[in-house]
Amino acid sequence: MNAMTTRYIAAFIALFVLIVGVGMMMGSAFTVRLLVEAFAFALIAMGLNIQWGFGGLFNFGILGMLMVGGFAVTFISYPVNMEFWGSEGPLYLGRTLLGMAIGAVLIFFAHRVQRFGITGKGRGAVIVIAWFIAYVIFRSQMDPAASYITSTAGWVGGLGLPVLLGWAFGGVLAGLMGWLIGKVSLGLRADYLAIATIGIAEILRAVLKNLEWLTRGTLTVSPIPWPVWTPQIYQANGADTTTSFILARGGFLAVVVVIVLIALFLIHRAYLGPWGRMNRAIRDNYIAAGSMGKDVTGRQLEIFVFGSVLMGIGGAILVSFVGIYDPSSYQPINHTFIIWVMLIVGGAGNNFGALFGGIFIYIVWMLSEPLAQALFNALSRFSSDMGWGAIPDIASRAVQMRVFVMGLVVTIALRFAPQGLLPEVIRRKE
Amino acid sequence: MNDLIFFFNQAIIGGVVLGSIYALGAVGVTLIFGILRFAHFAHGDMMTLGGFISFVLAGIVAGLGIAFPLPIGFIVVPFAMLIAAGLALGIDKGFYAPLRARGAKPVTLLIASIGVTMMIQGLIRLFFGVGTYSFFDTQPKVLHRIELPFEGVTRPISFSEPQLLLVISTIIAVVALHYFLTRSRLGKGMRAMADNPDLAKVSGINTKLVVRVTWIIAGALACLAGTMLALDVSLKPDLAFNIVLPIFAAAILGGLGHAYGAIAGGFVLGFAETLAVFNWSVLLRPFRDNLPEWFEIPNTLSLVQSEYKLTVAFVILVVVLLVRPTGIFKGAST
Repeated sequence: MNAMTTRYIAAFIALFVLIVGVGMMMGSAFTVRLLVEAFAFALIAMGLNIQWGFGGLFNFGILGMLMVGGFAVTFISYPVNMEFWGSEGPLYLGRTLLGMAIGAVLIFFAHRVQRFGITGKGRGAVIVIAWFIAYVIFRSQMDPAASYITSTAGWVGGLGLPVLLGWAFGGVLAGLMGWLIGKVSLGLRADYLAIATIGIAEILRAVLKNLEWLTRGTLTVSPIPWPVWTPQIYQANGADTTTSFILARGGFLAVVVVIVLIALFLIHRAYLGPWGRMNRAIRDNYIAAGSMGKDVTGRQLEIFVFGSVLMGIGGAILVSFVGIYDPSSYQPINHTFIIWVMLIVGGAGNNFGALFGGIFIYIVWMLSEPLAQALFNALSRFSSDMGWGAIPDIASRAVQMRVFVMGLVVTIALRFAPQGLLPEVIRRKE
Repeated sequence: MNDLIFFFNQAIIGGVVLGSIYALGAVGVTLIFGILRFAHFAHGDMMTLGGFISFVLAGIVAGLGIAFPLPIGFIVVPFAMLIAAGLALGIDKGFYAPLRARGAKPVTLLIASIGVTMMIQGLIRLFFGVGTYSFFDTQPKVLHRIELPFEGVTRPISFSEPQLLLVISTIIAVVALHYFLTRSRLGKGMRAMADNPDLAKVSGINTKLVVRVTWIIAGALACLAGTMLALDVSLKPDLAFNIVLPIFAAAILGGLGHAYGAIAGGFVLGFAETLAVFNWSVLLRPFRDNLPEWFEIPNTLSLVQSEYKLTVAFVILVVVLLVRPTGIFKGAST
């Protein structure tokens, strides 16, 4: 048993003790809920680990992937809105699709205009004009469709299919989005890539928030069905409230843990295999790897898509667990930066590090609030005893402490343990 | 004529105001990138922090009961800039300098700046809550109206005093920065270091001093931008966090590391945003009678809906990154 194995065992035992401690302090129902979300975040952190840990690709657009995954599960699993399918809405949307197709054909030909002898600045101008015309065609079809649907049926509604299919679709859709983002921006250097991905994520966020006909926008969609029995079903079968919550969330947790374990097994196998070695080679020296005949851009795109798929599934799980899809609830701090903290603290490049960091940091994030509240209450008692008066609005201030704690944790980790708690191990054949 | 003035008030003045804010922020971002070679994400929150420092100082001054012809928030800005510069130095010393000393990659510094962002945000919300504050609780916000001496013009050109002060202080800051960078020894040293850090070091430039001065300038400009933005709209904890990306877009558009490029980029983006959401049918209405029969002026003829205003900056950012990642002027790259 070498030092590394001891470290793994110690880390996971400590995590287990922490979870048991939380369970005793906060009650089982809360802890099971915490664990479901922690495992979903761990899955997302594993996705980021593929992108950043394996491939060295900087993704600051995690929020966009989570939103896309959440939208996917909402669309697939929410009951069918008959009002929409009975109206002329589908017809309108069909026309919009047609308009998009015409625009796409225009743009396609504009990019090939050099075959007709138009090159250089002329080609650039043609491309810009084609994009503009396509945009005008699209807007001329989209705007009436959107206002028709919102005024008659409210929104498109869902398809009423199984939730697990929705999670899978979340992965597919996020993967597609990752392919698009990767295709356009992977040529950029690390910090430019960070800014490009964050910009694309912000565009996605603005679009999903304002597409009222598709996502209901700020009106939010709920309740989104669960893949397992909900507490209400348990209650109808005679369980009392607390037990029903523990049982229902426990069932959900089991599904999520199975998915995380399958993902971990597959990723770790890929990591240890030739594919993982090749990607590490590309990460450490892409020029050398390229001259050895490795397809650097292709592999990087592949990694970006794989990571995005996991993020999409994680985002979908989170949305169906919470039961509400609210596009305006997505915030860069809660949905992008925290994932980075998880990976940095856990250990970039190490799958178990990502799993550990995801669960551990989510628990820290959730516990910062009650702990800060306790601290403030103590301080407040002290200050009122000293005659300085109590601290006002302790509850709302304590919520904000967790952002501060996250910042502190990541800066400390970067300074004193830049490799993370479970660093990447490079195995070499003797 | 009235419609033209409406256009001027909405699009031109709006663009200049927004452009000034972006330019002030982007100059700091671009200077830090030029000297220290990393994207400093916490810049937006340094702006917000500067706004809150000014707010506290303004509260103290207002408590003293001294009356000023200008907004108190503007009077205290120089002092707030001093404090903010000190804080920026402290942040560098505490969080970035140790990483640089270890020889960490720029990406590590970027992640550290995210950590700093979260800490500043947490602290601001801890002390000030999530509410909105106004600098104009104790004194009125002056609105300037300029009546034009033309026949049939009823609509005045109007802008608020903070907007005027914002534009004036942007011009002063830009000119001062220009003279500092081109005439002073230290400023030339900064430009040298931005071009080639190693060469600057061996030719005897005190690189540590240059780094310190960079943080002082960036912190002071961030404070100025944050305060002016808060004077124009209102002060809230996510004041500048929301515009840190457009600021980066402006810096990239101008070429990272180029102070003048950042200013140009800021104004380009500011105008792009206001022009994109401007309802162009207003300008067509006077020609209503001259237009052909079949052409009916739609009620709204803006390029994008106003809820996508911020998105314009991101779209420009992405397009620039794809088509010309070095920006309009060729930017520094590592």
